[in-house]
Amino acid sequence: MPSKTWIVAAALVPPLLVACSAGGGSSPSDNDSSTVTLVTHDSWSMPKKVMAQFERESGYELEVLRSGDAGQVTNKLVLTAENPIGDAVYGIDNTFASRAMDAGVLADHEPTDLPDSASAYVLPDDQSGSTLTPVDWSDVCVNVDLEWFDAEGIEPPRTLDDLTDPTYKDLFVTPGASTSSPGFAFLLATIGRYGEDGWLAYWERLVANGARVVSGWSDAYEVDFTAAGGEGDRPIVLSYASSPPFTIPEGKQRPTTAALLDTCFRQVEYAGVLAGSDNPQGAAELVDFMTSRTFQDALAENMYVFPVDDEATLPPLWKRWAEPAPAPIDLPAADVAQNRDDWLRAWSDVTAR
Amino acid sequence: MTGRRYVVLAVLAGAVPLAVLGVFFVVPVLGMVGLGFFPDGRLDLTGAAETLVRPRVLGALWFTLWSSVAATALTLLLGLPTAHLLYRVQLPGRHLLRGLVTMPFVLPTVVVGVAFRTLLAPSGPLGFLGLDGTPVAIVAALVFFNISVVVRTVGPWWEGLDRRREEAAAALGATPVQVLRTVTLPALRPAITGAASVVFLFSATAFGVVLTLGGVRYSTVETEIYLLTTQFLDLPAAAALSILQVVVVVGLLVLAGRTRPSEDGGTDRVDRVDRRTAVRRLRRGDLPAGVVTVLVLALVCTPVLSLVVRSLRVDDRWSLRNYAALGGTGGSDALLVPVTTALANSLRVAVDATVLALVLGLVVSVLVTRPARSPGRRRLLGLFDGVFMLPLGVSAVTVGFGFLVTLDQPPVDFRGSPWLVPVAQAMVALPLVVRTVTPALRGIDPRQREAAAALGAGPLRVLTSVELPVAWRPVLAATGFAFAVSLGEFGATSFLARPDRPTLPVVVFELIGRPGGESFGMALAASVVLAAITATVMVAVERLRVGTVGAF
Repeated sequence: MPSKTWIVAAALVPPLLVACSAGGGSSPSDNDSSTVTLVTHDSWSMPKKVMAQFERESGYELEVLRSGDAGQVTNKLVLTAENPIGDAVYGIDNTFASRAMDAGVLADHEPTDLPDSASAYVLPDDQSGSTLTPVDWSDVCVNVDLEWFDAEGIEPPRTLDDLTDPTYKDLFVTPGASTSSPGFAFLLATIGRYGEDGWLAYWERLVANGARVVSGWSDAYEVDFTAAGGEGDRPIVLSYASSPPFTIPEGKQRPTTAALLDTCFRQVEYAGVLAGSDNPQGAAELVDFMTSRTFQDALAENMYVFPVDDEATLPPLWKRWAEPAPAPIDLPAADVAQNRDDWLRAWSDVTAR
Repeated sequence: MTGRRYVVLAVLAGAVPLAVLGVFFVVPVLGMVGLGFFPDGRLDLTGAAETLVRPRVLGALWFTLWSSVAATALTLLLGLPTAHLLYRVQLPGRHLLRGLVTMPFVLPTVVVGVAFRTLLAPSGPLGFLGLDGTPVAIVAALVFFNISVVVRTVGPWWEGLDRRREEAAAALGATPVQVLRTVTLPALRPAITGAASVVFLFSATAFGVVLTLGGVRYSTVETEIYLLTTQFLDLPAAAALSILQVVVVVGLLVLAGRTRPSEDGGTDRVDRVDRRTAVRRLRRGDLPAGVVTVLVLALVCTPVLSLVVRSLRVDDRWSLRNYAALGGTGGSDALLVPVTTALANSLRVAVDATVLALVLGLVVSVLVTRPARSPGRRRLLGLFDGVFMLPLGVSAVTVGFGFLVTLDQPPVDFRGSPWLVPVAQAMVALPLVVRTVTPALRGIDPRQREAAAALGAGPLRVLTSVELPVAWRPVLAATGFAFAVSLGEFGATSFLARPDRPTLPVVVFELIGRPGGESFGMALAASVVLAAITATVMVAVERLRVGTVGAF
């Protein structure tokens, strides 16, 4: 007669399931027009008071959905184009922009009060000229540990070519292009500099000169790099133009690292209204808020990027030590979209050798 | 009660876990595979077929198989002697050591990746070994994560074995090796098989750790699926690999099922014993097991210690500042909630997930261990049993993206349904519960139940006086495990957790991706806290006594 055991078990299940869902907390107000849901990447970070200001001015409640890196955000939006997971998106960059636009993920949005300085970042191939609004940019550059080079009595490298010089053998570490978005930006820098025909040969030289390819930015910067708290053995690392101010030792005035401004690729991040959103009005207001002074002022301090509004406030240390590239390496977004997969496959083959 | 009602009830009870599995696992996976196989609404398998013959994919498949087999074998080889010493021998401080061995299980993979690389990088203290970026490092990390699965599923089982059988064999002239081979190992076989299948599945689908330690050189089926889905958006290829993964997993489960003894095998019957007769003093014969245990502790402690040390260093000085910072939201308000709040979320969710996994797991275990009177029914129960292993063997990326494309309408909308987090975690913990409890229940001689019933015991009485005394220790072990799985789960949780209610691993991931020593230090400190709490909870749970049952 073991069957009654089962009755007990079966009777226990439903109430416990209910208890669980109750324990999880109340259901949020989803899908109603009083909430704006922003889909963004994992690096999103904004102080509560900035978000509160948007909520106060617009009357909407802001909900933020962090959804992986820029690539994952884009792919998730492409997959859910029929029934978008939010109302607005922030964080699609110039390397993924075409994929999002081609998939019809974005609705038209004419930004109001776009700062003059932002027009330089509007995508040239944005046909209607009005789906993606530029919000910020950052320069992905090779960084060097000045203290290390000083101690060794070697002149630090300056250019991409220098990295293949035997003087700098076994000194460079970079995150991989297939697993990291700054890594991919660096790949684009090399393609922009050496062209379709020359970049593979450059990478062959780079790998032959002992470049180490690791999976993520934090791996390269926190483990392999000699500066920045790491105890690694590589004094040359791929990071950002805005990284040096973070390496000013306590009580000192100068950073111990510098960015090589001749090696930079400029990543521009965009915001947009999602097609098929439940709250297009709220989404439009949110995108406009992102180019407003309040939001632009908060960008550098919180997300370590440069605001598109060149009159926005930068942290004092940035003004001095986070110098952007005067002429970053450029590559048309359409080319990137078209060749991304082929480039990545070819790159994987070279670096896996 | 008639036989028909018996069957109806069985089906009803079994339907609940099946339904949960169907909604939260089968539907999302089919959704993603469907997108890959029907790219334009029509069946088109050319993309999928091309994928399977790419050299890169074949390489990934081969690497997955051999690295997982190697990791499983090594984990067993190291884990079994450790289980013996920590559960069967009166070793001073063994409860502490059991806790220590558990810590790796919940450490966020990103952090373990960094910890391993810090040690193994050419500049690290173990750099001279030259293991950085080699498959050896990957296998070592897999063993590091999984050692507790073997120790903690086989250990409690071993602790409950009657020593007198081994003593009888020894008295009859068997050498220690013969006793081990002919008495002990056969009795442990169900627990070992269960632990081995779980370790294999965890290894074959490991993802973060392979990505970090393998760099761009080594890839597994799982990391390929990740890259194809999140970078290339090549859904046909990802679908083909997901199917390949399922085929391999099912093949393994069938193989493992073969080695499981038949209903009347009799070798795995467990005699209920008092702890006092099971655990004995340390003696010289334990030396080899001791050596292995020391090795295991070194493997476990070195990365953990390096994490602890790095979390205590601020600006080249010793400091608790990283730990003090956990009460806040990080430099310039990097986080939405303080780390301590995330920890509270984690614990709350873990309680829900544990209860759910335990209830569903016990239903499954009880069902699959009922005597099956026909071969057909036995096969059906075997299938039912195996189905719940699948969530461990299928790509978390496929399941996660599947949520996006299938569970996007009420009543099951992955957006903003906080109860999805514990449910998803419970699906990951469920196989562990089933694999821990089922062997114990299966070990009960049906005649014991029949005898109890014949003596007038009601079904509840049978449950409490026949089944519970044998099963309570594995049930407690399973509870601890479910709790640990939930605390450490990252893949599904990062997909489902609401941004204002993150769990601790999600916060650690956010912190480690930010520049600045402060965020990095906080991430390490948070990981150490997570591991310490988990180990404490697991040791505490294990030391519980279930009322009078434990003290017969």
